[in-house]
Amino acid sequence: MKVVVAVKRVADANVKVRVKSDGTGVELGNVKMAINPFCEIAVEAAVRLKESGKASEVVAVSVGTDASQEQLRTALAMGADRAILVKGADTLEPLAVAKVLKAIVQREAADIVVLGKQSIDGDNNQTGQMLSALLDCAQGAFASSIEVGDGNVTVTREVDGGLETLQLTLPAVLTADLRLNEPRYASLPNIMKAKKKPLDVVAIEELGVDVSPRLTVLKVVEPAERQAGKRVSSVKELVEKLRNEAGVI
Amino acid sequence: MQRESMEFDVVVVGGGPAGLSAAIKLRQLAVQNGVELSVCVLEKGAEVGAHIMSGAIFEPRALDELFPDWAGMKAPLHTPVESDEIYYLNSARGAVRVPDLFVPATMHNQGNYIVSLGNLCRWLGEQAERLGVEVFPGFPAADVLYDEQGRVKGVVTADMGLDKQGKPKDGFVPGIELHAKQTLFAEGCRGHLGKSLIQRFNLDAEVDAQHYGLGIKEIWEVPEFQHRPGLVVHSTGWPLKEAKAQGGAFMYHLEDRQVVVGQVLDLNYANPYLSPFDEFQQLKHHPLFAEYLSGGKRISYGARAIAKGGLQSLPRMHFPGGLLIGCDAGTLNFAKIKGSHTAMKSGMLAAEVVFESLRDNPEPGLDLANYANQFRQSWLYEELYQQRNFGPAMHRFGNLVGAAYAWLDLNLFKGRLPWTLSDPAPDHDRLLPARQAARIEYPKPDGVLSFDKLSSVFLSNTNHEEDQPCHLTLLSSVVPLAVNLPIYAEPAQRYCPAGVYEVLQEKGAEPVLQINAQNCLHCKTCDIKDPSQNILWRPPEGGGGPSYTSM
Repeated sequence: MKVVVAVKRVADANVKVRVKSDGTGVELGNVKMAINPFCEIAVEAAVRLKESGKASEVVAVSVGTDASQEQLRTALAMGADRAILVKGADTLEPLAVAKVLKAIVQREAADIVVLGKQSIDGDNNQTGQMLSALLDCAQGAFASSIEVGDGNVTVTREVDGGLETLQLTLPAVLTADLRLNEPRYASLPNIMKAKKKPLDVVAIEELGVDVSPRLTVLKVVEPAERQAGKRVSSVKELVEKLRNEAGVI
Repeated sequence: MQRESMEFDVVVVGGGPAGLSAAIKLRQLAVQNGVELSVCVLEKGAEVGAHIMSGAIFEPRALDELFPDWAGMKAPLHTPVESDEIYYLNSARGAVRVPDLFVPATMHNQGNYIVSLGNLCRWLGEQAERLGVEVFPGFPAADVLYDEQGRVKGVVTADMGLDKQGKPKDGFVPGIELHAKQTLFAEGCRGHLGKSLIQRFNLDAEVDAQHYGLGIKEIWEVPEFQHRPGLVVHSTGWPLKEAKAQGGAFMYHLEDRQVVVGQVLDLNYANPYLSPFDEFQQLKHHPLFAEYLSGGKRISYGARAIAKGGLQSLPRMHFPGGLLIGCDAGTLNFAKIKGSHTAMKSGMLAAEVVFESLRDNPEPGLDLANYANQFRQSWLYEELYQQRNFGPAMHRFGNLVGAAYAWLDLNLFKGRLPWTLSDPAPDHDRLLPARQAARIEYPKPDGVLSFDKLSSVFLSNTNHEEDQPCHLTLLSSVVPLAVNLPIYAEPAQRYCPAGVYEVLQEKGAEPVLQINAQNCLHCKTCDIKDPSQNILWRPPEGGGGPSYTSM
C-alpha cells in the first residue's frame, strides 16, 4: 500500500511576521521558513504506517519553488522513501494545489493521502477536502487517530461536538490534526541518508493542470490594536455608554 | 551509553562568520587541489543566522579574499557607509559632535558597508553548501570528545527529547558523536566549549582575563523622510556615564527604511543595580536618536555579549586536535568595534593551516602550533597589535582621557607606542557589594520609544521546547540566594537582557530564584558577569533560542 504525504513550506511558527507596508501581503524576506507543523504530523503518521508494516512506501510531495526542497529533505530524514517537488509559484491557492496533488496521487496510484489539516500561513483548511472531492474518494479530516485495516481505514476525527469515528474504504484522503502524534526528531545520520534518497523535480506545466488564480487579494492589514477597556461605576453609566459611545442600543 | 558516530575530516562548531569562512576556505582548497576533504558545520540555531546578532559596520577585507567576486555573487552588502558621525552626549538632551579630526583613525568607515550579519551568514552558509560543506542547523555541540591521550577527537551533539527531570521522553534521540582529525571551535563570544578548552589546556595561562561587553540592539522601521541610508552614528557619554559605566551607542541606517539602534555596555561595571537593558531603553529618548525613531515601529530586538579584550586577552588558539577561532578566542578589534572581518580572517587562516597539515599528515589530533605563526604574520595580527591599548586605556583612564589616549596612540603613533597596557582583573570581580552602591531607579518605558523586557524578548522570536532540562546550570543551588542576593542583590535580575532570572518572594516565605530559561537569548552575560561564577551556560535542545530576522 502506498502513502503520499503532502508538505508545505511556511514561515516558522515562532517568527512574528509583519504586514508589508504596501498592504499586499506578509513580509517574508529573510524570515525563517520551516515545514508546516501539521504537515510534519502528517509525515510522522505516514512513516508510522510504514514502520507498522501497513504501508510499503511513503512518497512526500510539495508544490512550490526550489526552496521547498528543504522541507522535502526534512520529510525524507523523518523516514519518507522518495520525494517529489512540483515546481511552480509559491503562491498557489488551495484549489490549484489540490488539482496538482490529484495529478501526482493518480500518477503514483496511492491508496492513502495524508495532509496537514491546514497551513499556518493561509489557515484555509481546504486543500485536503478539495483533493478528496477531485479524486472522488473518501475523506477523513482532522484525524486524531488512524487505524488501517483490510482495504479500509478507521479514522477518529476531532469535530466541534467531540470525536467522530468513521470507517472509510480506500483510497482515502486524511488530514492530520494536532493530537494525531508527536513528530520525531530528524537525527543527523538520517539527515545524511536523506540526501541520497531520490528527489524528483516535476515542472508544473507537465501536469497539464489549470492553476490560474480564482481569487485576488485586495489588501492585508494587521489586526486592529486592542483598545483599553473602560470601567463603569453603575448600570446607568453602562447604559449611557452603550447608547452614546458604542452606539449599540 | 553507546552512541552512534559519524566521521569527518574537519568538524566546525558554530555557523557564524569564523566557522563558515573556515569551512568555505577548506573546501575551496580541497577543490583547487583535487583533494577529498569532508567538512561539516554544527549550528545550534534553527537555521544559519538565527543566533547571529551584530551592529554591523562590515569591513570587506576578509570577504574580498574569500570571494573576490562577492558583488557578482550577490552577497548582501547593499548599503555603503555614506556619513560617519560621532557624538559625546553630555546629558539627556545635549550632544556635542566630535570633529572628524579628533576621531581615532580606527573609527573612520569609508569603504565599509552597513550590513545585517545574520543575512551575510545565511549567504555564507549557502556558499558553503554549494562548495560541499555539510551544514547542520539545529544541532548544538554539547561536549568535546577526547581520545586516550587527551587529544580532541571531535564533539558530541546534544541529546534531544529529555524531559525537565532529564529523563528520556517518547521521541528521545541520543546525541551523536562526530569524530574529526581537527575540530575548529567557532561558537562566538564565551562559547561554552571554548571556555572548557581554555580551562583544560590552560590556554590563557599567559594572557590577561578576557573582557566583555553586552550589546543590545533593535531594528526599527522608520518613516521615509527620517531615513538616511548609509548614515552611521556612534555616541558615548549619557546615559552610561550617570551610572559610571563604560560603553557607547550606535545607530546605522540600512536599506528598506530600516534603522539599527543599539548600545554596548562594558561588563566591567561596578554598580550591581545597573541594568544594561534599561540603560539602552533610556538612550532612545535622547533627541539624537529619538529624532530618527519617532513615528517608527520597532521590529526586532536582540542581545549578545562581545569579547573585547583584544591581543592582551587572546589565549593560545591551538591545542591537540583543534583550534579556537573568531570571538570564541577573542579576535574582535575593539578600537574599530568590528569583529566580523577579523573572525572571518582567523577562520581562513585556520583553514589554510589545517589543510596543509592534513595533506601532509592525515593523522588525527595534531597540535597545529603553526597556526600561531601564520596568525602572527597576518594582517589580522597587525591590526590587533595596532589597537591593543585602546581597551585597557579606556578601562584605566575612563572615557574622556582614554579616548584622548586612543586618539594619540592610533592617529599620531599608529599604535606603535612601545608599551602594552594590561588589564588583568576579570569583569565578574568588579561588582561592588550592593550596600556600597547607589540604587538606580530607571524610568518606566513609555511604550513608544522605550519598552519593557518581555515585549522586547517577544520580538526576538525566542522559543525553547518547554519540557527539557534547564540549560542554565547552577554549580551550587545555594549560592544565588545565600551569596548573590544578600551581597549583590542578585544582579542576574538586572544584567540579563531577557528577564530569565527572577527572585520571587511571597509574603512570609523564603525568597526563591526562578529561572525562565525559555526566554534565554543565548547572550552568555550570566556566564560572564555572575560575581560568584556559579552560572554555567550549556546549550539547550537544538533549534531553540532566538530566531533573529536580519540581525
